Amino acid sequence: MTEELFNILKSQFESVEIKEGKNYPEFYIPASELTTFCKFLKDDDRFSFDFLFNLTAVDWIEYFNLVYHLESTKNNKCIVVKSKVEGRDNVSIDTVSMLWPAAEFFEREVFDLFGINFNNHPDMRRLFLEENWNGHPLRKDYIDEINIIER
Amino acid sequence: MTSVIYDFTPLTQSIDQFLTKNLSQGWALTIELVIIGLVFLLFYAVIGLYLVLAERRVCAFMQNRLGPNRVGPGGFFQTIADLIKLLLKELIPIRRADKFLFNLAPFIVIIASFMAIAAIPFAKGLHAIDFNIGIFYVIAVSSLGVVGILIAGWSSNSKYSLIGAMRSGAQIVSYELSVGLSLLTIVIFAGSMQLSEVIQSQADGWWIWKGHIPAVVAFLVFMIASTAETNRGPFDLAEAESELTAGFHTEYSGIKFAFFFLAEYMNMFIVASFAATMFFGGWMPLHIGGWDTFNHIMDYIPPIIWYFGKTALMIYLIMWFKWTFPRLRIDQLLTLEWKYLLPINLVNILIVAFISWKHWHF
Amino acid sequence: MTEEIKEILFTEHEEYMINMGPQHPSTHGVLRFEVFLKGEVVTRLVPHCGYIHRGIEKMCEKDTYPQIIHLTDRMDYFSAHMNNEAVCLCVENALQVEVPERVKYIRTILAELGRLASHQLWWCAFGMDLGALTTFFYGLRDREKILDIFEESFGSRLLHSFITPGGLMHDVHPNFQNRIKEFIKYFRKKLPEYDQLLTGNIIFQNRTKGIGQLSKEDAIAYGITGPSGRGSGFSCDIRKKYPYSAYPYVQFEEKLSEVGDTFSRYKLRIDEMWESMKIIEQLVDNIPEGDYTAKMKAVLRLPEGEYFQKVETARGELGVYIVSDGNKYPYRIKFRTPNFSNLFIMNKLASGGKIADLVAISGSLDLIIPDIDR
Repeated sequence: MTEELFNILKSQFESVEIKEGKNYPEFYIPASELTTFCKFLKDDDRFSFDFLFNLTAVDWIEYFNLVYHLESTKNNKCIVVKSKVEGRDNVSIDTVSMLWPAAEFFEREVFDLFGINFNNHPDMRRLFLEENWNGHPLRKDYIDEINIIER
Repeated sequence: MTSVIYDFTPLTQSIDQFLTKNLSQGWALTIELVIIGLVFLLFYAVIGLYLVLAERRVCAFMQNRLGPNRVGPGGFFQTIADLIKLLLKELIPIRRADKFLFNLAPFIVIIASFMAIAAIPFAKGLHAIDFNIGIFYVIAVSSLGVVGILIAGWSSNSKYSLIGAMRSGAQIVSYELSVGLSLLTIVIFAGSMQLSEVIQSQADGWWIWKGHIPAVVAFLVFMIASTAETNRGPFDLAEAESELTAGFHTEYSGIKFAFFFLAEYMNMFIVASFAATMFFGGWMPLHIGGWDTFNHIMDYIPPIIWYFGKTALMIYLIMWFKWTFPRLRIDQLLTLEWKYLLPINLVNILIVAFISWKHWHF
Repeated sequence: MTEEIKEILFTEHEEYMINMGPQHPSTHGVLRFEVFLKGEVVTRLVPHCGYIHRGIEKMCEKDTYPQIIHLTDRMDYFSAHMNNEAVCLCVENALQVEVPERVKYIRTILAELGRLASHQLWWCAFGMDLGALTTFFYGLRDREKILDIFEESFGSRLLHSFITPGGLMHDVHPNFQNRIKEFIKYFRKKLPEYDQLLTGNIIFQNRTKGIGQLSKEDAIAYGITGPSGRGSGFSCDIRKKYPYSAYPYVQFEEKLSEVGDTFSRYKLRIDEMWESMKIIEQLVDNIPEGDYTAKMKAVLRLPEGEYFQKVETARGELGVYIVSDGNKYPYRIKFRTPNFSNLFIMNKLASGGKIADLVAISGSLDLIIPDIDR
């Protein structure tokens, strides 16, 4: 990503932080501005990130990091957008499924395995596990005496 | 030169005379009916069994492998083993299924095909029912099978079965038209619906080449339509395994399932034998009009061998279709019948009528 | 007549639901489709996955990097080599390790052989779903030859765990090159048979042309990659865009199609089989001699940070995302699997068609269920 494109983003959104990651440039944005930031990245012609190829969460005990990997098929560039969600129980963030329909199912998976709610999601329910499952397995403090054997 | 074609009529007449001499008319008739019924039952069962084995061997040949060849010499007893297994299986009753209709359906299907078998001419004089409306009777009676299928699907109380039965009902009813109309061309050529007359009219050559182009067209249409009639080959979506598990006979197990299975193979046999009879001369050996020596040599091969040989060829053709082509979708199937086969048939009949009137056939 | 019967006879036709349950001959794995039908027409389709969710990502958090290889095999088992390669490339790039040339060549040859085997099995199963039962045997007959090559070198036919971080687990069998050359010669004669049996058949073309139209915008928006995406014109071949291993040394075409229907996806996979054979031919004669692995430490610790690697499997883009905190276990590993994204386009494609079309569409998308659930 060139300097001027970085500057355009910085000028539009003050709270964005840019870091050069090991593979792709990383953009940190607060959760409240996530949807507007993503909409800008998708619709603006200089960026046009129309292909969301990964959406996950990472559990850092005090907070969750939501990671979005975006690619622009026009300009052949990939970036990572990261957003922090504080808290442990009843955490939520806005959905991006109206921008990229693929996100709908990635977000259901994140809800199922991490417990992060997505506001305005068309169909927020568990994907892999049963409806009445207790707990969210990919969290670091998930305990399951029957199925997980601790070393 | 007198014909060397063996005529079974003296044999059957002598049995008839023997019975009427010793018993009253009524009893003699009853005993004759019983004898014929038993012979046909046996024939039905045995041919059904061996057709299943033949299908498995032909299928294996198409798929570059061997079929069942362990049970008995060349797999001869395989179907008997399968039959014993089916007889011993538990008949799973369905709750909330209409019990009477559920049990009745396989029998209707068997009865329909059984009635049609009775009209097949096996050799000269070996012909159980020789009506003067022969072919008309056969077409009418084989239509009864669709009632059995619809009843089976409905009474199973299962959505899969119902979809399969509805599809099958629509398909069979549509294709009956084509079957009847394509056979009508031969009736026009031969001038009679009675099967023995049709065969006699092929004494100087089979209709497939005496009737040149229209007969070939009628034959092709007949093969396509009859494969669809019997729910076989590329038209088997009523029992499409990959979509609906088993269609209208999903809920049947044990001997009732065996009935459906058997009826399907016997329908295939009936259809093949009528193709052989109407288009290829039935038990009539290969004669070429005018070449008397050649015809005389051909007569030495017994008519039963001719008949079974031709039927076997037709059966092989039908099996070949099944294992090569993918399946048609229901709407494509019905389109094929109503928009393509039916107009072709109607035009063909007009042409045949014209040709027959002008004697432009061989 | 009773009230009940009156209601049945005189209410309007409603949609009814049919379950193509977890066990079904044509969903090829444990996947459940809830299909809502009006007569024969599908109005809506809800896929339910998760029947084979094994928690691979959670398991990997307690496994060292060489141990993860054995788990990745089992996600998309027909692209086992490519799954392994993805994790190994991620780890090697993170540790800045340069693998020997021999390793790169062999990895690419194995990936392409795996792609051929996978497409052969796809072709068999697709024909069988549509009713042409003979295709199953023709495809498997040819696939057996590839599996024999694998068995000679690695000891197993399907799940090898052969590609490890640093290189290969051991060197390939001396017969490897010759057997591959023989196989390519044999298969070049057999692949036209596939076209004769299925592609040119008019019944098949009527079943697949115009069915399941996927537009390019939808493919990009839903993230449909691989042959399914390329069938709609979405140029997403990772081997061309971000080449890895020995792909920079070979020349091959990326096949695209503008029509997005089932037939074009089918034709594209057959074309990809030809391209795979071309790639293998270019590589198999020139495998350089050398080590089969680079020197790696006994215990691999990735430096702190986040790493991503994309690889083209037989079904699309596999992405491996590793978050490391300096330990010998990954802190978080996420597999972005192609089948997960490819599954959820089924509702859009199958609605409005018939049940028979549903089977054709799901066959053309080539779904492997364990890949969806991980």
